[in-house]
Amino acid sequence: MKVAVLRFPGTNCEFDTQYAFEKLGHQTELVWHREEELPSDIDLVVVPGGFSYGDYLRSGSIARFSPVMKAVIAYADRGGSVLGICNGFQILTEAGLLPGALKRNNNLHFISKYQHLKVVSSDNAFLNKCNEEEILNIPIAHADGNYYIDDEELAKMEENGQILLRYCDDQGNRTVVNGSVTSIAGICNENKNVFGLMPHPERAMESILGSEDGIKMLQGFEQ
Amino acid sequence: MKAIVNVYLKEGVLDPQGKAAHHALESMNFKGVKDVRIGKQIVIQLETNDKEEAEKEVKEMCETLLANTVIEDYTIEIVQ
Repeated sequence: MKVAVLRFPGTNCEFDTQYAFEKLGHQTELVWHREEELPSDIDLVVVPGGFSYGDYLRSGSIARFSPVMKAVIAYADRGGSVLGICNGFQILTEAGLLPGALKRNNNLHFISKYQHLKVVSSDNAFLNKCNEEEILNIPIAHADGNYYIDDEELAKMEENGQILLRYCDDQGNRTVVNGSVTSIAGICNENKNVFGLMPHPERAMESILGSEDGIKMLQGFEQ
Repeated sequence: MKAIVNVYLKEGVLDPQGKAAHHALESMNFKGVKDVRIGKQIVIQLETNDKEEAEKEVKEMCETLLANTVIEDYTIEIVQ
């Protein structure tokens, strides 16, 4: 598999993301935000975490207008797989590739810790190696992860299996982490080819460093 | 011309910063504060002297970049 990893001014998870996919045996290529085209023959675009454009105005709002994002939108429209992690998730919502928006955490803190997540829907190209109801342990590190969507859209997303992950405790009980609507941690679009989550699977690749639950998440794209 | 744009979280969308400031005001004994919303103000200097044109252009700026209309409302004031 060949993975394009985007890089904006202020991105800081691109090397972890490359490491994670290369550990799984895949080829990766960093793509600078000024590029107007994505590399040919890629199987996945990852918009990694960080603080693109210093989070000025709103997280992801300026990166969304970078030249490369036009190519990403076209790639997604053709059915290509796109994964946004943390700031990447924020960029994809700002770009309109994913529904909803990410607001400041309800306690106004930057939250950085391991967090349990419950797999809500695994019938998709991302979480198909996970089981529904499975509990994963993945680091989170964000200030703007408070997912908002109105009730009507939320109902549609639930119906269509677009809610992928929710924050929970180690027993699987839903927990309030950042104020997200129904504790949502990750979602996908209606066509299930664009995915976004606040937690960092690329930081959970080694059990010696706390968790390797990220492996089966990122392996989902291998098919 | 100058455009003054105010961007706020929509009614019904919880404003965590406004809520924190509200609690702080209450703890300082400011009675009778019903609600606090924190937004941002963006001041734009424009070349045009045509008010209508300015309004139209700034509205487009708000819709595309300055506000995220999923969660935010905005107001535009054009001043000389």
